[in-house]
Amino acid sequence: MRTHVLRMLVLRMLAVRLCFGLATLFLVSLIIFFSVGLLPGDYASEILGQGATPEAVMRFRHELGLDQSAIHRYLVWLNGIVHGDLGRSYASHDGNVRMVADVIGTRLQNSFFLAGVTALIGVPLSVALGITAARFQGGWLDRGMTSAALAAVSCPEFFMAYLLMLVLSVNYHLFYSLAMIEPQMGLGTKLMRIVLPVLTLILIISAHMMRMTRAAVLDVMAHPYVEMARCKGLSNTRILLRHALPNAWAPIVNVIAFNLSYLVVGVVVVEVAFAYPGIGQTMIDAVRTRDVPVIQACALIFAATYIVVNLVADAVSIATNPRLMHSR
Amino acid sequence: MTAAAATPLLGRPAFAAPKRGGFMRIGTNDGSQTDTLDPTTWPGTFTGGAFGGSMCNNLTEILPDRSVAGDVAESFESSDQSKRWVFKLRKGLTFHDGRSVASKDVIASMMHHASPNAKSPAKAIFALLDNIKADDNSTVVFNLTGSSPDFPYMLSDYHLPIMPAKEDGTLDVSNPVGTGPFVLEHWEPGSPAKFKRNPNYHKDNKPYFDEVEFVPIPDVVARTNALLTGEVQFINNCDIKTLAMLRRNRDIRISSTPSTRHFSFDMNTQAAPFDNPHVRLALKYAIDRDEIREKVFFGNAEIGNDNNVAQTLKFWAATPPQYEYDVDKARDHLKQAGLASVSVDLSVSDAAFPGAVAAAQLFKEQAARAGITINVVREPDDGYWSKVWRQKSFTGVDWYGRPTVDWLFSTTLAKDAAWNDTKFNNDRFNQLLVQARSETEAHRADIYREMQQILHDEGGMLVVAFANYIDGVSAKVASGTVGGVYPLDNFKLSERWWMA
Repeated sequence: MRTHVLRMLVLRMLAVRLCFGLATLFLVSLIIFFSVGLLPGDYASEILGQGATPEAVMRFRHELGLDQSAIHRYLVWLNGIVHGDLGRSYASHDGNVRMVADVIGTRLQNSFFLAGVTALIGVPLSVALGITAARFQGGWLDRGMTSAALAAVSCPEFFMAYLLMLVLSVNYHLFYSLAMIEPQMGLGTKLMRIVLPVLTLILIISAHMMRMTRAAVLDVMAHPYVEMARCKGLSNTRILLRHALPNAWAPIVNVIAFNLSYLVVGVVVVEVAFAYPGIGQTMIDAVRTRDVPVIQACALIFAATYIVVNLVADAVSIATNPRLMHSR
Repeated sequence: MTAAAATPLLGRPAFAAPKRGGFMRIGTNDGSQTDTLDPTTWPGTFTGGAFGGSMCNNLTEILPDRSVAGDVAESFESSDQSKRWVFKLRKGLTFHDGRSVASKDVIASMMHHASPNAKSPAKAIFALLDNIKADDNSTVVFNLTGSSPDFPYMLSDYHLPIMPAKEDGTLDVSNPVGTGPFVLEHWEPGSPAKFKRNPNYHKDNKPYFDEVEFVPIPDVVARTNALLTGEVQFINNCDIKTLAMLRRNRDIRISSTPSTRHFSFDMNTQAAPFDNPHVRLALKYAIDRDEIREKVFFGNAEIGNDNNVAQTLKFWAATPPQYEYDVDKARDHLKQAGLASVSVDLSVSDAAFPGAVAAAQLFKEQAARAGITINVVREPDDGYWSKVWRQKSFTGVDWYGRPTVDWLFSTTLAKDAAWNDTKFNNDRFNQLLVQARSETEAHRADIYREMQQILHDEGGMLVVAFANYIDGVSAKVASGTVGGVYPLDNFKLSERWWMA
């Protein structure tokens, strides 16, 4: 009976969150669409660039429908989205239609690939390191790891990327400096290509997750029931893994979620440094050329990633610690 | 300047005979998700080198010595004071898919840019076009409304490749097919474009590489590292701040090619205070171009003399005096303009040209000593060409130049020219421009000398420097003389270079 009520409550919370998520997406699309309109120039003038004659720009604009009102264009776009159609990229031209879904499809897969590999290695590693640091709190291992994490987290991404590139690629020729992957490559080749960006990202996100894990575990370890367990004569490691960790999951999962969404939406600097064909680069390209349908699609994907990842994180936190359902 | 003097230092491999084979990868500073196969939207180096120079040929090409030669055209000749141009197409030439090249393909390729509803930036080339006709299957005739002795040069513009026509006579830009030295194997917009050798290429023994790949690497550090680790054998636009270090590396060499590209601060000659020629002269004397060359371009540039014709062009003329930094002369001209001091806004961003902001800051300091206040207005990079250039009256500009004087003047300084951002309108100049087109070579040289002098004395372009194309090249790759009209050896790198 009790689990049934609990499940109901969780489901209701998820449904409410989902509605908020949709509203957020709608707001994001509005903000993005109209703020892109505030940028100087449009697709026609940006693509023709310095070579643009006013006449050519006019024709181009007309062809793309840019001479129609912004509200009209937004409504057309929204109508498409509601029907599951992301529209055409402005880079389409006679005889060669480029759908937004095709433009971002491969790029999104690439981003998920990079994020996935990084998360697969980075998340367990940093949680394990965080627990280890907590277990040996105050010892040389703890202090060493904490300082290293602090150093890594203070490094700007591009600096970390260039440093790794210089040492591991230019000086020692161990890995590729360019992470250019293509769909027809085998998994092994792809993995070899992305060693350096993965390493860069792991160094950047692990520090964050490791420190949070350590802090959360130590926080729980200060509770009376841990003291009780200790009095019962349980070993430190057992107390940590069986009693402290389950209660520390909520903040850990949250920081993991934050870093996972960063891996999809925030890695543009790393993508640029290694010329990795990810979604961040696509959005930058699209903003530069004012390819609004692509910008909109990217923005929605980014917002949705945040919303979904946070939702999952909340669900996981609650599942591991149902008391969080009730406000204190 | 002679052709030999313009040759960049290439080391010994340049003199060895070319040999066949190898896989060349070329890293470019651009190449994006919005690139298409439609030549009207080819923005620069990646598309120009990969599609223009590797996949396609134009009717004509510019050789490294800056002369023009037939490419898809076997020969061309003019009559009626260069108003009628007849191009004979090369016999037996085929597109990569086996179709033979016929007059209709050439006409479609030209009309794609020349027709009244074309949206091509190359439309200005056809300003004088009356009609294009096919005499037979391999002869194309261009009838112009006025003389245009440099017409074959203009047809080498990288926006004008010959691509196949569709049934309805329009250009087929969805099919990645041309007549070029390389056949496109694989490309996704924003990703590398990979090509293999065209076994039926029309030039003897060329190309030399078996395969080439153009790799977009916008980040200059990533591009440099790709060259240092041997992932690519060529990169364009090296960071001039790192040149000294790169030169110490024995596995690579730096190729610095004098070009027609120039950086200028352009004044609107119709707007106050620049409508007063003495104010323009005061500004020309108030800039220390040597200091800017040394401090901003680290010596990798030639100083300008407010004549936008590059020294490497035919018909270039010396335009004395060379403007030198001279505070007294600047003050003098201000006085003649009836002013004790003047204050102007100079709009720049690093999108204007690389180093524009630094150059403007130096100019501000230099001009202050002559009683000229320059307010450097830092504009956003984004939208610079649509919102600042040609809108504000004093702006930094990056000009790629043109291969001929007539073309250059017709597009940048003639009264109604689309890119006349200085709103230059000099009757004598406009009249000479038209006159030169129907004169003999010797007379043209005289006329162009006079025009360049007018421009130097009265024009609104303050040409700061002529840039070099600075490329990083692996020691494993060799080339002959490198052309400097367009980037990447006039976009013909893949065809002309070979493995040393």
